Formats: sequence, structure tokens, C-alpha cells
Amino acid sequence: MNDMTPFVSKPKDWETDQEVRWCPGCGDYAVLKAVQRTMPELGVKPENTVFVSGIGCSSRFPYYMETYGFHTIHGRAPAVATGIKLANPDLDVWIITGDGDALSIGGNHTMHLLRRNLDCQILLFNNEIYGLTKGQYSPTSRVGTRSPSTPFGSVDRPANPCAFALGSGARFVARGIDVHKNLPTVLKAAHAHKGASFVEIFQNCIVYNDEVFAPFTEKAQAGAKQLWLENGKPMLFDGGAKGLTLDVNTLTLKVVDVTDGDWQAAAVIVHDETNRGIAHMLVEMPFGAYPVALGTIYNSPAPTFESAVVEQNAKASEGKAADLQTLIGKGQTWMVDKEPRAE
Amino acid sequence: MATATRELTPEEAHAHPAPESIVVRFAGDSGDGMQLTGGQFTLSTALAGNDLATFPDFPAEIRAPQGTTFGVSAFQINFGSTAIETAGDQPDVLVAMNPAALKTNVDALKAGGLIIADEGEFTARNLAKAGYAEGGNPLTDGSLAKWQLFKLNISQLTLDAVKPFGLGNKEALRCKNMWTLGLALWMFDRDRAPLVDWLKTKFAKAPELAEANIAALNAGHAFGETAEIGGDVAGLQQHSVAPAPAEPGLYRTVTGAEAISLGLVAGSKLAGVDMFFGGYPITPASAILHHLSRLKEYGVTTFQAEDEIAAVASAIGASYAGKLGVTSSSGPGIALKGEAIGLAIMTELPLIVVNSQRGGPSTGLPTKTEQSDLYQAVYGRNGDAPMPVIAARSPADAFDCAIEACRIATQFMTPVMLLTDGYIANAAEPWKVPDMGGYAPFPVAFRTDAPAEGGKFLPYARDPKGARPWVKPGTPGLLHRIGGIEKKIDTGNIDYAPANHQAMTDARKDKVDGIAAYIPSQDVTLGEKGSKLVVIGWGSTFGPIHQAVRRARSKGLDVSHIHLRHIWPMPGNLGDLLRSYGRILVPEMNTGQLKTVLRDQYLVDARPLNKVSGQPFRIAEIEAAIESALA
Repeated sequence: MNDMTPFVSKPKDWETDQEVRWCPGCGDYAVLKAVQRTMPELGVKPENTVFVSGIGCSSRFPYYMETYGFHTIHGRAPAVATGIKLANPDLDVWIITGDGDALSIGGNHTMHLLRRNLDCQILLFNNEIYGLTKGQYSPTSRVGTRSPSTPFGSVDRPANPCAFALGSGARFVARGIDVHKNLPTVLKAAHAHKGASFVEIFQNCIVYNDEVFAPFTEKAQAGAKQLWLENGKPMLFDGGAKGLTLDVNTLTLKVVDVTDGDWQAAAVIVHDETNRGIAHMLVEMPFGAYPVALGTIYNSPAPTFESAVVEQNAKASEGKAADLQTLIGKGQTWMVDKEPRAE
Repeated sequence: MATATRELTPEEAHAHPAPESIVVRFAGDSGDGMQLTGGQFTLSTALAGNDLATFPDFPAEIRAPQGTTFGVSAFQINFGSTAIETAGDQPDVLVAMNPAALKTNVDALKAGGLIIADEGEFTARNLAKAGYAEGGNPLTDGSLAKWQLFKLNISQLTLDAVKPFGLGNKEALRCKNMWTLGLALWMFDRDRAPLVDWLKTKFAKAPELAEANIAALNAGHAFGETAEIGGDVAGLQQHSVAPAPAEPGLYRTVTGAEAISLGLVAGSKLAGVDMFFGGYPITPASAILHHLSRLKEYGVTTFQAEDEIAAVASAIGASYAGKLGVTSSSGPGIALKGEAIGLAIMTELPLIVVNSQRGGPSTGLPTKTEQSDLYQAVYGRNGDAPMPVIAARSPADAFDCAIEACRIATQFMTPVMLLTDGYIANAAEPWKVPDMGGYAPFPVAFRTDAPAEGGKFLPYARDPKGARPWVKPGTPGLLHRIGGIEKKIDTGNIDYAPANHQAMTDARKDKVDGIAAYIPSQDVTLGEKGSKLVVIGWGSTFGPIHQAVRRARSKGLDVSHIHLRHIWPMPGNLGDLLRSYGRILVPEMNTGQLKTVLRDQYLVDARPLNKVSGQPFRIAEIEAAIESALA
């Protein structure tokens, strides 16, 4: 596993013989293709790769990847993945989850995996709905979402996945769109980051929540409503006609017009992906007045959990003989030489 | 403690009932250090070669309001020169550090027994807190007449003893427990040297505290030696309890939590795999997490998870990746783990789940003991989800049970539930350190050979025992997917077909049922096949059942004792064995769970004897039930 030569493979090598069973037109197909296209570019081997999922439409994903795979139980993929990675830190672990799986039933595990910074990729397929259970609203559904369980519209405020991730201490936060050509770039960045890489993928549920992301994913809107971030590049969108600047008096981001491409004159800020404060602002931008921030929003690596565990275990074991007989005979002991009453 | 000592003949047991064993109960406020006093007294007793059993009995509150009856913490030890199997029915000696301790414990004291009370603590305020009527003081009003009372101002004597060390009043009074221990060591002729060493190590960073505690210990001991007290109080005199008969060898004391931890390490070594332990703190199971966290050099990785579910799920992940996954909890935590245990059953991965049972339901009695999770262990999951269940009978027995759990989990690719309880987890007993060379290894063979060109790896193909192959991710040529959805009988791919689910359900059941052929036949622990009455038990009721049956047999009653280790599947000969007896009595610290399983499995007329007070059975309670069943 320590062979550093990139492994040569084709997207086809990452497909299983299993028939893919999502609804026709589901965004999950596009994500699956994007992942299968990305894997050869990473130079990794299928046998060292493990896909772990919870429960939900997206969680069928492992059955379609020609790797090792574990389809676990609802919400618990991060916990199972933690055990896998601690048991064998050499494995390349991907977690496939959804908005209900990761933020509702499994919110606790997602939070702790992120704060511990376990080295893995978390792909959260956010479709703002429960698909597998037939259309109930989810923790990311917008207020007013009508569903079988909220016939008069949901009244609770939604969770913001990326804000949750940052708040939990994530060191890598990115966003992508199921059908967007940039998704493999986002996935590659997530894989390159050593630590917990959190990727929110806006994924269209064609049956229960169709076109919920259309206001920024539709081709006609894309330019004006998508801000693709690149480290070291100005935060420009709408074909460079608009940008984001920082209002230093209110400490908020502001949309500004850029004339003749002179973004410096408009004081458009340059994306520094290690800036946690700006990352918070980017993921909190209310849609409408602002574009949707996409790509790598935050990337500031820190030591990983499993490497710290391995290091501590090694240090604690240093110079100690592991003799079982000695271990069980430790403590205050006494010898019985002969049976007292035998005499 | 069958593992530590040879068993007495009925004649021996009957010939010297009282003088060869003594039960001492230390009781005080939770802040008085009674568990520490008891623990150190236990150690000195073990070093003196006595057989012993202990019963730590403490409140759930870390520091309940001082002086109240619900804040009383007690430690009972039964020790002697005969085989000791219970912590004793009735104390001979009660050390009461305050009025509340006296009030809550004195009724259990044997008539004529000795009370040692710290009269310095019997102030009007403390008497009121303990609920004594205004103006009433049991030390002076004659209400303790049926016992021998020895009152002395331990608080003042301790303050005098530690005066030279310049401690504050509060810190000085903390040495009271050592003064008391000193007196107890004198009473039973114990060596102080190991205690002095221990105090020096414990307070290595604060030598003045070490010196003060040693001074208090010595003062208590000297008090016993020099005070002219023997004349007034017959009970307060020096006793010398001869060492118990024991097989030659190296001994140590061990608690159930220690024995389980060591057994898990030994089991993983015998299997040839490293252990991963995922745990979440819960009383009374946390001690296992604590012990294992210090054993990194034995290939142990411990993980304190964010909750019970993550603890078991991480252990399953580790097993999937090729380590032996272990998790541990108590009843409420086991309930949370239920769905994940089902996943381990479905994916057929090794997993060990230790349940240190406590009083239930819900939060129940966290620090008290009960055996009421047998249904949960055997039946407590959704779907037809069979898993093997093993129960330890004593702290020392827990070592072998943990090894057995590792064997079954790895050989049969299945989760295994190991049941202990709060009593076993906390209690200590002498343990003859086993020779590890006497345990046969059961090495795991991970599948590494890829199928030939054109062949297909079948992750759910089974060996003759019904076990599927264990493959570590990272192995080339054996890529496969597993999960909680019903899977095709050989490939493991998703398959909802009716016939396939029937076949897979049968395969899972047959595998677990089949384990009966790979475990020892049930033996009769005491007595023989076919007597008029059999008393059958499991878990920590071993001591009182065994003693009660022994006493009954010495009176000539036709009764035998069977104690189960394998709760599921049960040994293959158990049905025949049970049907050979005239009557079947099942004492349990629950409302009759094993009784129900026995009736279901064998259609036998098993009768219950139940106790759910949070306290272990007394020998006399079982003895009375035996006599009544044979009357």
C-alpha cells in the first residue's frame, strides 16, 4: 500500500456488475459518473478504497463502486468509517450520505467525525427532501415545504450543511452540483486534502423535490447565480461583471459591480481558502441577494485523528514488552507454595 | 470462587461454619473513602492468604449531600480459611463512620455482632440528617443492645495522630479512613507494610499527605494494640484467620472488569488479531474502557466514542477492516446498540458486546446489581437476529468467558454478547493466575487468495461451521460489498427474493444453533444427574446458589447445582439433563427470564425464585427455597 506509483485505471474499472437502481433522471447518476471519472485521476487502487454509506437513496452508492464497500445503518456511516480508518489508516475512505442521514439521524456522528478530523471524504448529497421514505421534508428543506408529513408547509428553519460543518470544526468544506462539469475538480480537491473533507453536493430529486435548486443551477441563471471559488483568484461571477467585497464597517460581504474587468478598483476580494472567517460568510450568504458559493470554500489542513491515535499508541507502547503471562500476573501477587491442610 | 480454591467437602463446610470466616462491612459517607478502605483491606486480606469475596455497595450520586442516608457508601468483605463464594449474608463487624451509615446498615448485622462507631460524628446535626428523632442517639439510648457497641472518637483520634503534619482540619479528617483501616488491620492481624508502600506511591507528589496517612494508619493499629478494650467488648479482640486452602501457584486479586479486560486481550492474542475497543462511559461498565486504554502495547486500540451507537458502529467498522471489534456497556447502552448489533449479525462480522448489567428498566439502579438483561441479550433485536450469549459467574470466571467470546466471534463470524453484572464488575476475589500455555490458540485465517481467472469471489459462501470468509479491505482480487439489506445467499448482493430471505434467515439461525456442537457439554456443578431437585442458575448468583446447595446436601437433601455459562445456544445435553430431575428451581435477580427460556426450549416445569432489590441473593434465601421445594 506504500507504493507511491499512481495506479492506472479507467472509469469503467470502477463500475460493478450491479444494475443501478435510482429513479430515471435522478441526480445520483451524475454524481456516480463523476466519482467514477475522478477515481482514475487520483491514481488510487480499488482494493485500497472503501465506500461507506448510511441509509437513503444515495446510500446505495457503494454497491455500484468496484471497491470495498459497506452499506451500514441510518446515520451511522461516520462511526463505522471511524472504526475502519482507525483499524487500517492506509485505506482511502469515502462516506456517502444525504441530508437526512448526515444531519438528522446521524448529525451527532457527522459533527464528531468533523471535529476529530478523520481522514476521509464525506459526500453529502443534499436534495432537501427524504426520497427513500417517499417525500417527507428534511432538515435542509426550506420553511414552507409541503410534504406528506407537512401538508400545510414545514415551519422549522433548515440546517445549512456547510455552516454546520464549519461550526463542527471541519478543515475542508466545498460545494458542488450533481450535473456540473466542475464536480470532479471539487472531488479531487477533497481527496487531496488530508483530513475530513466535507463536500455538499446539490442533488436534484426528480420525483419529490424537482428543480428545488433550479434558481441557480438552470443554465440561464448559472452565470449570475454561481460563484465558483478558486484559491488566490478574485471572487468574481456573472462573467466577471460582479464580485464580492468585504464591508469592513459591518464585517459582511457585499456584491459589487466590476467595470471593464477592473476587479481591484471594485475592491473584490481574493479567495484565500485558509480564511475561516470568510468561509463562514461565504456559506451563510442568503441566496437571492447573493450568489451561491461553490468549489473549495475552506481548506486549511490540520493533523488527523487516526494519525494522532497511531502515534500515541506507538509512543505508549515504546520499549514495553507485550508478554501476556506478565500482564495477567501483574499487581500485588502472592505465592501459595503448598496446600496448608495437606500436612 | 471455584477457580481460586479447591472445593470443600460437605463435611468440611459443615464442621466449621462460623469461626473460619468473618464478614466485615465498612460504611460511611460517600466522601469518607470507604471503597478505598475496603479495597486496601481486601488486598491485605488476600496477601494474608485468606479466600475472600467483596461487595462494594455505593450510591449513584458522586457526592450525595453529606451525612444523609442516601449518601452512605459501604464495602463488605467476607474472608476466611474456607472457600468463600459470596460477600456474606450478615456482617459480623460493622464499622459506621457516621449516624447515617449506622442507620442504613445496622439491621443486617448478625445478632451479637460488633459495631465500631465514630462517636465524634454523632452530633445533633448529623443525627438529625440521618433521620434520628430529636434528642435521640443510638449510641447512648440502648437501642443497639442486641449488638456489641464499641464507640470511640475516630475523628479526634485521627486529628491528634496527624497533628505534626500541619494539615488543615478538612484534609486531616480525610485520614480517618486510614485510622480505621489501621484498627481493622490490628483486629485481623494483618501486615501494614504493603499499605505503607501503597500510600507512599499514591502520594508520591505530596509526601506530607503520605506521612499523615501513614501516621493515621499506625495510630489506629497502635490503638488496638494498647487500648485496654478487650475486657469490655468481647468482639473487639485480635482474630487470626488461617489462610484458606488453595492450589499452589501465583495468586492476585482481580475484579470482574479487570478479568474481562485481560481476557479480551488474551482472546485477541489467541485469535492472532489486534483488538479495537469502542466504548462510551456508563456505570458500571466504564472500568473496562479504563483498563484497556492502558494496554496499547498489546495491540489494543481504544476509542471513546460520542455515544453508545458510535461505540458499537466503530467496533463493527474495525472488525470489517480486520481487527477484533469489541464494545461494552450496561443495559440502557446495549438498547441503543441494538440496531447496530443487528447489522453485525446481518453482515456476519465478529464483534464482542459486553453487558455489565445493572438494575433496570430505563436508567434504573445504575450502581446496583441485577440480571434482568437476559431477554435483551437473547431476543432483544428486530427481525430474527440470533447471537450467542455467554455469562460469567464470578470475577475470575470472566477471564475465561472473555476468551470464549473471542473464540466464538472469530470462528463463527458472529457478534457475541458477554453478560456480567455490576456485582461481578466491581467485586474482587483472589485469582490463581492461569498459565497461558494451557489455552489452545484459535488463529484467524483471513481470506487472501483471489479466485482464479473467470472465477467469482463469494463473500457469503460458508465453511462447514456456517461461517463466511473474513476479508480485509486492501486485499487485491476480493473486492466486495456488504450491508444491512438482505443479501443474495452467495454473492452478498442485494436480493429481496422470498426464497432467498428464507434461506438466509435459516442460514443465520443454523450457524448460531450449530455452535452448540462446539461448546462443552453442560456439567453438574455440584451433585449429580437425576436428583430430586436441581437448582439452575447463571451469572453472579453462582456463589449463593453453590453455598446453599452445599449446605442443603450436608443436611442430607437430594439437590444438585447446575450453572450455565452458555446461555445461547445452550449446551446440547441440557434438555436431557434437566429432564432427569424431579424439580427445577431457577434463582435469578430478575422476574424469571432464564426460567422462561428453559420452559420454551425444553418444555420443563422450571420454577422461579426471584429477587430484584439491587442486592445479591443471600445464601439463606436460596437455602430456604430449596427446603421448601423438597418439603
